[in-house]
Amino acid sequence: MTAPAQPRPTSASVPVSLGLPRRLVEFTLDEQPVRVPEGSTILDACKAAGKDIPTLCQGDTLTPKNACRVCVVEVEGARTLAPACSRKAEPAMVVRTDTERARHSRKIVLELLASSVDLSTTPQVAGWLKEYEAKPDRFGPDAARLNESPKVDNDLYVRDYDKCILCYKCVDACGDQWQNTFAISVTGRGFDARIAVEHDGPLTESACVYCGNCIEVCPTGALSFKSEYDMRAAGTWDESAQTETTTVCAYCGVGCNLTLHVQDNEIVKVTSPHDNPVTHGNLCIKGRFGYQHVQNRD
Amino acid sequence: MDLHFGDSKPTDEERAAIDALLGPPESAWEGAADRTDADLRWARGGRAARERRDLLLPGLHAVNDRVGWISEGALDYLCRRLTVPPAEAYGVATFYSMFAVKPRPATVVHVCTDLACAARGSASVCASLAARLGPAGTPVAGGAVWEESPCLGLCERAPAALVVRAGVSPDESARPAFEDNPLEAGGSLTGRSGAGDQNGPGDSLLAALSGQEPEPRERQRATAVIAPATAEAIALAAAAPEAATPEPAAALAVPQAGQDGLILLRRVGVVDPENLDDYRANGGYEALRRAFKLGPAGVIREVTEAGLLGRGGAAFPTGRKWSATAAQPDHPHYLVCNADESEPGTFKDRVLMEGDPYSLIEAMTIAGYATGAHLGYLYLRGEYPRALRRLEHAISQARARGLLGPDVLGQGYAFDIEIRRGAGAYICGEETALFNSIEGYRGEPRSKPPFPVEKGLFGKPTAENNVETLVNVLPILTMGAQAYAAIGTEKSTGPKLFCVSGNVERPGIYELPFGATLGDLLDLAGKPARLRAVLLGGAAGGFVRPDELDIPLTFEGTREAGTTLGSGVVLALDDSVPLPRMLLRIAEFFRDESCGQCVPCRVGTVRQEEALHRIADRTGAAAAEDINLLREVGAAMKDASICGLGQTAWNAVESAIDRLGAYE
Repeated sequence: MTAPAQPRPTSASVPVSLGLPRRLVEFTLDEQPVRVPEGSTILDACKAAGKDIPTLCQGDTLTPKNACRVCVVEVEGARTLAPACSRKAEPAMVVRTDTERARHSRKIVLELLASSVDLSTTPQVAGWLKEYEAKPDRFGPDAARLNESPKVDNDLYVRDYDKCILCYKCVDACGDQWQNTFAISVTGRGFDARIAVEHDGPLTESACVYCGNCIEVCPTGALSFKSEYDMRAAGTWDESAQTETTTVCAYCGVGCNLTLHVQDNEIVKVTSPHDNPVTHGNLCIKGRFGYQHVQNRD
Repeated sequence: MDLHFGDSKPTDEERAAIDALLGPPESAWEGAADRTDADLRWARGGRAARERRDLLLPGLHAVNDRVGWISEGALDYLCRRLTVPPAEAYGVATFYSMFAVKPRPATVVHVCTDLACAARGSASVCASLAARLGPAGTPVAGGAVWEESPCLGLCERAPAALVVRAGVSPDESARPAFEDNPLEAGGSLTGRSGAGDQNGPGDSLLAALSGQEPEPRERQRATAVIAPATAEAIALAAAAPEAATPEPAAALAVPQAGQDGLILLRRVGVVDPENLDDYRANGGYEALRRAFKLGPAGVIREVTEAGLLGRGGAAFPTGRKWSATAAQPDHPHYLVCNADESEPGTFKDRVLMEGDPYSLIEAMTIAGYATGAHLGYLYLRGEYPRALRRLEHAISQARARGLLGPDVLGQGYAFDIEIRRGAGAYICGEETALFNSIEGYRGEPRSKPPFPVEKGLFGKPTAENNVETLVNVLPILTMGAQAYAAIGTEKSTGPKLFCVSGNVERPGIYELPFGATLGDLLDLAGKPARLRAVLLGGAAGGFVRPDELDIPLTFEGTREAGTTLGSGVVLALDDSVPLPRMLLRIAEFFRDESCGQCVPCRVGTVRQEEALHRIADRTGAAAAEDINLLREVGAAMKDASICGLGQTAWNAVESAIDRLGAYE
């Protein structure tokens, strides 16, 4: 059997343990020679070179699934485009990130996504749609959409699969890459594929342990805190009015970092810094959701 | 992992079906009904149980075969037995079209509406079936449901239908040796409905026609292939599949059967496909003996020098694949035979497996020997019941005679073959999706690199070849690389099988040396008088015009002509076939079969189908905007999809627009 993939932070901001020095791979990126440590992806090299490649399914704490294909680049000699997030840099490779072909595919992928799901809470996507001149409306008013209604079956999470782009990040975070609970999976196939728990039942009857690590990695807001969902529905959610304070969880001795998102002196959600070597962004149910006692003022 | 299993319990029937595959559970930890004192003291399972995850697909089949659908209780019990998270198993069960997770009747009728069947009247069969039994998807009296199906691989006998009835498996010993044409079967038709079945076929037919569904305990598993199909024959077979007219002999799919000079098909119709001695009397196992004389490196050298290119569609040099696998330091190595022939219009592998099953067993043994594998997986599409029976029989006979097992032919080489049945998913023909399917995961393709020769099945070096490719190895070894390479052209060596279907006079499998032209082949098969177009390479291939019949049927010749040979499909359409409707069917096929993993394919195939619907009756300027949209989406699908399915999903439509002027 294959060994489970080792979760390895790929972001440049993550502290790297000092091991043996890695060899450098030299290749050509947009006509410029670049050198990156062996094992780096094309995306790593792009980031190091200050290039902005759009990504949706790529996660800084997860092995890339390269399912969304919005980060495709042109590799000389290859028949098809390559996903920058997961294709490793190879010596003497010639990569072009901004060709007409790559831009065309990115544009179409953005149009296909925006025409089928609700991207209103996906960070950065509005800018990319503009940059690539994507026109999701051109598939016509009858273009198939997901049209799912939000699943609200517990007090902690909301699953709004109308916003889901099937990036697999929640599945990987719940599965062998972090949580090892395996409560969620992709079911069905093709356009009918959906994220679901076993037997497509309510979350409360599933294996879910409410760690919220799936919310942490969701790139589109398809998974959200009930608190955020309710405030958005009431029109009171205002990120610009929120402060973020990183502190240490007081529940046990592990010492996980919590980032408290506070609006109007109320904690509205809790995240965890991805570059923290203890949590890598993960928490348990207590750290993530057990904050009511803090604001119990009676 | 801390797995959570729900409260649902399996029925006795479901438990029995799973236990028949996995053996009874040893403790309450894996689902035994009674807890013993020992269960309180230690737990078994863990890694050892998890390493049996590849039994998930066979387990799902076991339940589906017995009950007809997979309930929560059955799925949870199977998960407990294999230590698989229920959410993941649910994701796997819902991936395959032959499984259901909602109750449905025990008998499911798949009526093919794909290209070859569409060209030969499947629409009218469906219409009269709907008039007779009600609309597709609605259960009818007698406990059956019918549905439209993608290609069943019976294109030479189109239109076709497959009836599958869930029930108790006929007792192994009572399993009939032959279930088809009495001529081929040597007149043996006794016991077809299985011993222990008190009701003869006639009785159950009467019972079924009177609207009674037999009790699950007495209902026997059965399959029936109806081709060519009429609504009446389908309805009768749905009521009593065991009493359906037997299939014609596999050799009838080979119009050239018995002709001199055939290489790959020479035994089809000549040997008894269930008789190992007959196979050996007709040259069987000579190639394996030669392989043992040459040694693994010698075999690879012969295959390389013969210039054998893979026949599954990608045309990769087989010798290079084998030597790359053999050279990997990581062990074990695996051999996988891709018999998931699901490309619409393709049925050559079925005919080979049904007509000459031992040749595939021998070829797999040789491939395993050359690549250093000791276990071969034969991944067979779930829609081929006769091929499954033939291969199961051939493997057990070969094993009994020391041609498989710990010491093949007394040469000290251990090799065995395991059959894995697919469950209705075209994507599982993609080599890496096939690995995932065998391993018990969703049949989604993996990203390459790494390539299978380095990290394939179970993450180990794997050589994966299609059935026709493997069968070519036998003549390479018996006639020698030089003689083999002299057949065909310089770049496309050897003989090639073509699946000719559609509006020709003699549809079937044809064997020709590479280099014959499309016109030569159509002349053999009886070209339709008013040929409108020829689809080369199946739904993932491309259309060519009637004035392009001088295209040489070689890998390089078709490439130069801007088309592809693909898997060897030659589907001839005359002007009675409405082209826009065929294109819609192709688009529908890809939309249905996309695994959904990557965006260009998951959404692109939907947008392609929508655009084709909009322009179904339009031409010229009225269609121009949508054709432009198709081109843009098609280019992104071709460029940015993860695997070949998405990359080729627009090929046929593109060629119909550009070469045939479909909407001008």
